[in-house]
Amino acid sequence: MTQIELRGIEKFFGAVQVIHNLNLAIADNEFIVLLGQSGCGKTTTLRAVAGLETIDKGDILIDGKPVQHLKAADRDIAMVFQSFSLYPHMTVFENVAFPLRATRMSSGEVDKSVREVARVLRITDLLDKRPSALSGGDMQRVAIGRALVRRPKAMLMDEPIGALDAKLREEMRAEIKRLHVKQGSTTIYVTHDQIEAMSLADRIVIMHEGFIQQVGTPDEVYSHPANLFVAQFVGSPVMNIAEARVADRPGAASVTVGGAPAGFEFPHRLLSKLNGHSNGGLTLGIRPEGVLVRHDAASGYMPVEASIIEPLGSFDIVDLKVGSTMLRARTKAGYVSGPGEKVHVRIDPEQAHFFDTASGKSLGVRL
Amino acid sequence: MASVALTNLDPASRAAARGWSDLTIRNLFIIPTLVFLIVFNIFPLIYSLGYSFTNFAANRSEPWQFVGLQNYRELLSDDHIWSNFVITAKYVIVSVAGQMVVGFGLALLLNRSFPMKGLITTLLLLPMMMSAAVVGLFWQLLYSPSWGPINYVFGLGDFAWLSNPDSALYAVAITDIWMWSPFVMLLSLAGLSAVPQHLYEAAAIDRAGWWYTFTRITLPLVSPILLIALIFRTMEAFKTFDIAYTMTTQPTAELIAIRLYKQAFQQWDTGKSCALAYIVLIMVLAITNLYVKYLNKVKER
Repeated sequence: MTQIELRGIEKFFGAVQVIHNLNLAIADNEFIVLLGQSGCGKTTTLRAVAGLETIDKGDILIDGKPVQHLKAADRDIAMVFQSFSLYPHMTVFENVAFPLRATRMSSGEVDKSVREVARVLRITDLLDKRPSALSGGDMQRVAIGRALVRRPKAMLMDEPIGALDAKLREEMRAEIKRLHVKQGSTTIYVTHDQIEAMSLADRIVIMHEGFIQQVGTPDEVYSHPANLFVAQFVGSPVMNIAEARVADRPGAASVTVGGAPAGFEFPHRLLSKLNGHSNGGLTLGIRPEGVLVRHDAASGYMPVEASIIEPLGSFDIVDLKVGSTMLRARTKAGYVSGPGEKVHVRIDPEQAHFFDTASGKSLGVRL
Repeated sequence: MASVALTNLDPASRAAARGWSDLTIRNLFIIPTLVFLIVFNIFPLIYSLGYSFTNFAANRSEPWQFVGLQNYRELLSDDHIWSNFVITAKYVIVSVAGQMVVGFGLALLLNRSFPMKGLITTLLLLPMMMSAAVVGLFWQLLYSPSWGPINYVFGLGDFAWLSNPDSALYAVAITDIWMWSPFVMLLSLAGLSAVPQHLYEAAAIDRAGWWYTFTRITLPLVSPILLIALIFRTMEAFKTFDIAYTMTTQPTAELIAIRLYKQAFQQWDTGKSCALAYIVLIMVLAITNLYVKYLNKVKER
């Protein structure tokens, strides 16, 4: 039963402020993912919670008690490092037993706890080996075992699977999820990989340059990005962003991107929802799956030319030239046969996002 | 080897004009060193092995005779020699242990960032860079019973460090500790800074206290390099001559190297002293071999 709360955290490295007034409340048993590019302050935030980094302002509360002045050892928090940080001169057993022995637990209990954790993580066969003899995935299992064995108040994970290769990453991702469901402990997980974040998190915290951009469930940050940064950071392939102009047409609204001669047709109620943002300073965001492509002409579809096609196996990403801008569309594999092919395109109004160009903030318009 | 092209010689160079190849140039560097080594190291080593089986005396012109193992037999049954070995063993244990403790302790203190760290480290390294004879003379003055600063500071009156048979050996050992602790410190510092910082962070998260972290993480990870320091210092301490010879004449501080020197250049018993030199050599080799075996075992982990 552990709640963690961060209140008004500020952190400077010299004159550089790396965390700006960060506020976050984490519920018991919640799996929180801090997501952002390297240098966005996510790891610093995690290390501050762990007690490996001091903060310059604000409070860190664990179960309501301020801990920012406590040493790491006194916060009862376990951490899994990106570099695994296994003790190279100890066997797997000794590594997992280390946090128990450090607190003078009796050897019988140590043995029991270590074997129990080893069974859960399926590393029982490895207990007598040294870390240097393990594969990357096994090393990470051991590192997680060392964190789990003491039943800590909370688990912190700093890009725990970032150093593994793609296939193993997928496996370990599922394993971490399975463990969290089974063991259930408050977890803060840092990553720059949005797929990891989407698949693991109860809530995602997206950070950029020391500021929290958005906090929300994976579905919320994907479907309702709070600003242009989140819109482009979450989701793959990346969301299309284009400066847009909106015009009033009889019975409809027309959205023009890239100075194209014709506009895309939108329902007329867009105009009232945009509420004055229609002329200048408006940015349209549309995910590639919201760009609809067909071969033959149809009402509302605009004729365009395909320029680049990226086959990605189960689907293709097709770059379409609309005016002076490129829209990337997601199509069935092989739907557009080659560059230069003439196709017809439409934007699905229900999947369109609108942002204020100057501030980058979402206008919250959904049709 | 000859078939391996080392570098391509610039055809416009003077060496090429003289018709030299890069192999010629390599040989020009290597051969003088090899010749020097053979003439001044290997040849005397083998020659003295020959002498150790004779009654040769370098200051006499009489013909020498082959005496077989007699020199060795006499030396190994000589109580004096054995007492020299005991003195040397005491000296080695005290001075090497002292150097390890002081050197490693200093390294622990220096292994963090603080103002003027570089300057302080350099100053601490100075004793190691001095000539042993000079160090011996200096410490003779420091130990002086009538006006030496050591007795003054510790209020020991006129305690005669170097002419008291009970303390002379330890006084020399203290000087050796002063001189060579920086060497251990330097190696330890290298070892300590090679311990990855993230292991300390992991230990802090794992709730390990200072002492637990030190004994379970720091020491095991630094031990290979500490063992190397131990090997070097044991070898050197075993052969100590200069400091001890300049500082004291007490028979209780007569190390095996001093005994050897006296045998060779005061008694001019060249054959026998060669035999003694070989006994010392074999002992040093045996001790270092033990260490190296242990070191390899430690490194395997």
